[in-house]
Amino acid sequence: MNLFRTFDTGMRGLLGHRLRSILTTLGILFGVAAVICTVGIGTASADSVNSRIAALGTNLLTISPGSTTSFGVRGGSGSANTLTMEDVAGLEDKQDAPDVGAVAAVVSGNATLVSTASNWSTTVQGSTPGWLTTNARTLSSGVFFTQQQVDKHAQVVVLGATTASQLGVTVGSLVSISGAPYNVIGLLTSTGSTGFTNNDDLAVVPITTAQDQITGGSPDSVQRILLSATSSATIGSAYLEADQLLLQTHHITNTAAADFNITSASTLASTAASVTTTLTILLASVAAISLLVGGIGVMNIMLVSVTERTQEIGLRKALGATPRDLLRQFLIEAATLSFVGGILGVGAGLLAGFLVPRLAGIAVTITPTPVIIAVAVAAGVGLIFGVYPAARAARLAPIAALRAE
Amino acid sequence: MATEIIRLVDVSKVYGSGDATVRAVDDVSLAVNEGDFLAVMGPSGSGKSTLMHILGCLDVPTTGDYLFAGEDVSRMNERELASIRNRRIGFVFQQFHLLSSMSAWRNVELPLLYRTARDRKQMALNALAQVGLSERVQHRPNELSGGQQQRVAIARALVTDPTMILADEPTGNLDSKASREVLGILSGLHKSGHTIVLITHDPNVAGVAERVVEMADGRLWDRVAA
Repeated sequence: MNLFRTFDTGMRGLLGHRLRSILTTLGILFGVAAVICTVGIGTASADSVNSRIAALGTNLLTISPGSTTSFGVRGGSGSANTLTMEDVAGLEDKQDAPDVGAVAAVVSGNATLVSTASNWSTTVQGSTPGWLTTNARTLSSGVFFTQQQVDKHAQVVVLGATTASQLGVTVGSLVSISGAPYNVIGLLTSTGSTGFTNNDDLAVVPITTAQDQITGGSPDSVQRILLSATSSATIGSAYLEADQLLLQTHHITNTAAADFNITSASTLASTAASVTTTLTILLASVAAISLLVGGIGVMNIMLVSVTERTQEIGLRKALGATPRDLLRQFLIEAATLSFVGGILGVGAGLLAGFLVPRLAGIAVTITPTPVIIAVAVAAGVGLIFGVYPAARAARLAPIAALRAE
Repeated sequence: MATEIIRLVDVSKVYGSGDATVRAVDDVSLAVNEGDFLAVMGPSGSGKSTLMHILGCLDVPTTGDYLFAGEDVSRMNERELASIRNRRIGFVFQQFHLLSSMSAWRNVELPLLYRTARDRKQMALNALAQVGLSERVQHRPNELSGGQQQRVAIARALVTDPTMILADEPTGNLDSKASREVLGILSGLHKSGHTIVLITHDPNVAGVAERVVEMADGRLWDRVAA
């Protein structure tokens, strides 16, 4: 029997059993479409969580002073005054700390800002040009202050979005802080709030200016040092370098007695990453179950029709079909159903991936891997349960197959 | 002298082993010539079905030789047997065994799919015309009466122009009118030169054959000779 005639026979077999063919195709279709859709939603939410974590700055480290001990009572973390501009200079040294990217010293206080239109009380941070990078922030307009402006104690300020709108000012306006006039040279891009902190309500001025006019205190002492590692991969080594360097400059040998703390956003990042992983596993399980259910549906339909088909096989054998003829016929039938079901399933999955974001507002990211796996599994189930029982029946003696009940 | 198409020599078919051994066909010898109309008659359990399976090349004997049109069938593998069945034998079964999803002519065409044949549809239509069903070629089996279904099955047996038509209880599922119709067609085919072997338990059915052999307990007696 030639291949074309086998194909023709297979097609006629499918058309002769329309309901069975449609049900099998539907089983494969829904399995594939469900996997594409659920994995797509999982991927999209994982991406969104990851990008939000990246916005937090996964390569950022914060160094704060350690606790003080006075009369045997240990104060809270940050109560000591142990970080200096010398530490900042040491951390900026590429020789000693090659994995540290930007460094910024920070002092902060509260002040009232007054514009021609309004006034507004907020946090004022004094810092250095590394502030933008080490806070993972960007400007929506204007520029950030330079090292020269820090050295010259310049009266310039960069405002958060909320602060600027409360004051009704833009780049080029003048505001008065604690009675002194400041030039607004830049506005920060809005990032919204994290927890209880509104990241858009603040003012940043050169650290020297802040120490002169707002926070007071020794010009050498800083409240916090912010670091960024050269990348999120080098954050571990940047941490160790900073730790070693500060222990050395502070002449501390016992690490338990360190007078500073280094914290990073990466603990947050790893928590969030494990949440994402859990979410992905959950969605993948749902997808796997839908694939399994689709597969069992396909299997049932194929197995239920075996008795009927066994008689057909017996008859065809009596009429001269060889086991190979029969195997090819059933292979073509099952492959066609699996192929058609798989293609329609991909189509339905892509359609759902297009409609769900528009109708339900849930993001769907479709990647090739789950599509391929879903089609391979669904088609594999269809093929195995379409061919295996038939192949077994094809090995029966024709008379035994004809008499099957 | 007519050509011999079937020669069974001391053929036995044994099932099971040890105490449970059943000799379904026990040392049977038989010859059928071209153009014969032979009826094998016997009650159920007599071994006539097993003999029919061997004659129809659906099964091979345990011992003994079976020559079919000069070819030694008893030593053939499954593939060769399939080819012999396709080229040489037309089957008519008690249960008709038509494929319900196919029209009458598609059912008749079926054996032609397993050989090289052109004009398969024309051949199928000719065979249906021979059994008087030209009006029913597009009907499905469930749209036909029992007698008509068996005539479609006869057409399917005829379409390959077989050396022998093997009919196993062809009237077993039919009423008396349809039975007469079917037996009439078989007689007609015999008169036009076909070799027919009919298996039945019914003496009236066997009566249409020109030669009747009886089977009991796996052994064969020639009624004419006896």
